[in-house]
Amino acid sequence: MLYFIEQLLNGVQLGMLLFLLAAGLTLIFGIMDLVNLAHGSLYMLGAYFAASFAAWTDSFVLGAILAMLATLVAGMVLEVVAIRRLYTRSHLDHVLGTFGLLLFFNELVRLIWGPAGLTLSLPSEMLSAVELLPGLYYPIYRLVIIGVTLVVAAFLYIVVMRTRIGMLIRAGASNREMVGALGVNIKLLYTLIFGLGAALAGLAGLMQAPILTVQIGMGENILISAFVVVTIGGIGSIRGAFVAALIVGMVDTVGRAFVPDLLHAYLSESAASSLGRSLSSMSMYLLMAIVLVVRPGGLFPAASK
Amino acid sequence: MNTQFDRRRAALFNLRFTVNVALVVILALVPVYAALTGSSFAMTLFTRVIILSLAALSLNLIMGFGGMVSFGHAVYLGIGGYAVGILAKEGITSGFVQWPLAIGASAFYALVVGALCLRTRGVYFIMITLAFAQMAYYVASGLDRYGGDDGQTVYHRSNFGAAFDLNNKTLFYYVCFAVLLAALYLVWRLVNSRFGMVIRGTRSNERRMRAIGFPTFRYKLVCFVIAGAICGLAGALLANHTNFISPAMMHWTRSGDLIVMAVLGGMQALFGPLIGAMTFLLLEEGLSRVTEYPDLFLGPLLLAVAIYLNGGIDGLLGGARRD
Repeated sequence: MLYFIEQLLNGVQLGMLLFLLAAGLTLIFGIMDLVNLAHGSLYMLGAYFAASFAAWTDSFVLGAILAMLATLVAGMVLEVVAIRRLYTRSHLDHVLGTFGLLLFFNELVRLIWGPAGLTLSLPSEMLSAVELLPGLYYPIYRLVIIGVTLVVAAFLYIVVMRTRIGMLIRAGASNREMVGALGVNIKLLYTLIFGLGAALAGLAGLMQAPILTVQIGMGENILISAFVVVTIGGIGSIRGAFVAALIVGMVDTVGRAFVPDLLHAYLSESAASSLGRSLSSMSMYLLMAIVLVVRPGGLFPAASK
Repeated sequence: MNTQFDRRRAALFNLRFTVNVALVVILALVPVYAALTGSSFAMTLFTRVIILSLAALSLNLIMGFGGMVSFGHAVYLGIGGYAVGILAKEGITSGFVQWPLAIGASAFYALVVGALCLRTRGVYFIMITLAFAQMAYYVASGLDRYGGDDGQTVYHRSNFGAAFDLNNKTLFYYVCFAVLLAALYLVWRLVNSRFGMVIRGTRSNERRMRAIGFPTFRYKLVCFVIAGAICGLAGALLANHTNFISPAMMHWTRSGDLIVMAVLGGMQALFGPLIGAMTFLLLEEGLSRVTEYPDLFLGPLLLAVAIYLNGGIDGLLGGARRD
């Protein structure tokens, strides 16, 4: 039972990371109508920036803040230099162009930081575990990830639903020509949104960095998971992204933890472990396929469009 | 005025025609060049170009002409490849069994998955095709008997009898080349048939096609299955070419590669995928010879094509786009 709760928490933590990526993707997707395969590159950049800045400032927190600012700037520069020119093109041109960017960033990182991965170590106070329930010890750092993301999610909700900028973002999502015609600087708004998405991706990358190694191509597999989240949640819906991220995170983690054991009751050990591995890796895609077959517009289809 | 315009259009069309013929001639002459210079490398590279052209061509049948953007097309390379690899491992090396199975299994997968995926449209279609391809990828990773994650070597190429030995590189090259030409002919006939008109009409306005009375779902599904079958054959060829199968054959970045090839070459053109595959693979190869960081140049180049070219490289060959 304790093991189950622990896995559930791991699922929540993975879901939180997926939400950070998916929130940016779904904003960019829903508002600019841009398929951005380079979003995972920003996640990777965030992790690399954090590793470098943390080594430079000798502080994890300071390094993390600087890295987030750096990905924000990187995202805005990227939008102005390249992405902006893709808005009027078709989705397939987006795939081609951002695939090119993905290749470019992987190579750029290899040029700057070298082919070997980096590690980002945590400060000692985040290394320990707390006793959540009698007998259940859980790493503080994973709780920090969950906490930070909840704060960010609340911040996003307030910005999008309660501020003037958020009103413009929502208006831009439902009718961008009209918003432009009313005198809003759409170009600047898009640059800001893209930068925001980049910063969120960077935050996800730098928070994941101490758990996994910082390496080239680290953004590629999680990018696909984030696309799964965006699709299940319904493109353009931040609320959908949040719910879907939690579901996907839990299905994935709990699947990995328990499916092999469940199969073991019926199959030999080696068969159960290999089949279990495949099944649990497949689970989120299976979930997405089922959701789309039943509800072709995702769980929370955006009202407009 | 008008005749002048027509003449210009005719000249432009000739440029495209010339380029396409030149491509076919170049591909036909690669073994001659290889024999003269003794460069087996050129043979290996161009065999790969041809096989991936075939895959990109099949993708373009649904994507360029049918408007169905599949982000999981590399799955058929995997299915075709595993059909050959699994049979070979179990001792069945006859190509007369392997190749039909590769085609049949791919067609069957396309039929089932297509029937589910075609319920969605737009970006959701992109994502659901990706989802099914990822599932196939993880199924292949779980096949421990056939190498699991690492894949396995295919020790014997498909056997078509002693007189027709695919281990002969030149013969294998021409087999691939012949398959590509046959597929080009098939796609050309399809696209310009009544069936192709319906498919292209569905891309521009599905609701209208339905209103005229066409069961568009069935037409799209048949198109999806044909494309899958062709790409399955490409997978069988690829397994024979590399003597190796692994889940990486159907990784999502491979599906991305195929889309990039088709879009780069030009989706509205029959020869677009061929141009795209050739450009992509030769650029990758050429750049990696002159620089340690090839993607630093390839990436921005793809971006520039996406931003500035209408209809990919084929668009450079002149206006006359068909639709």
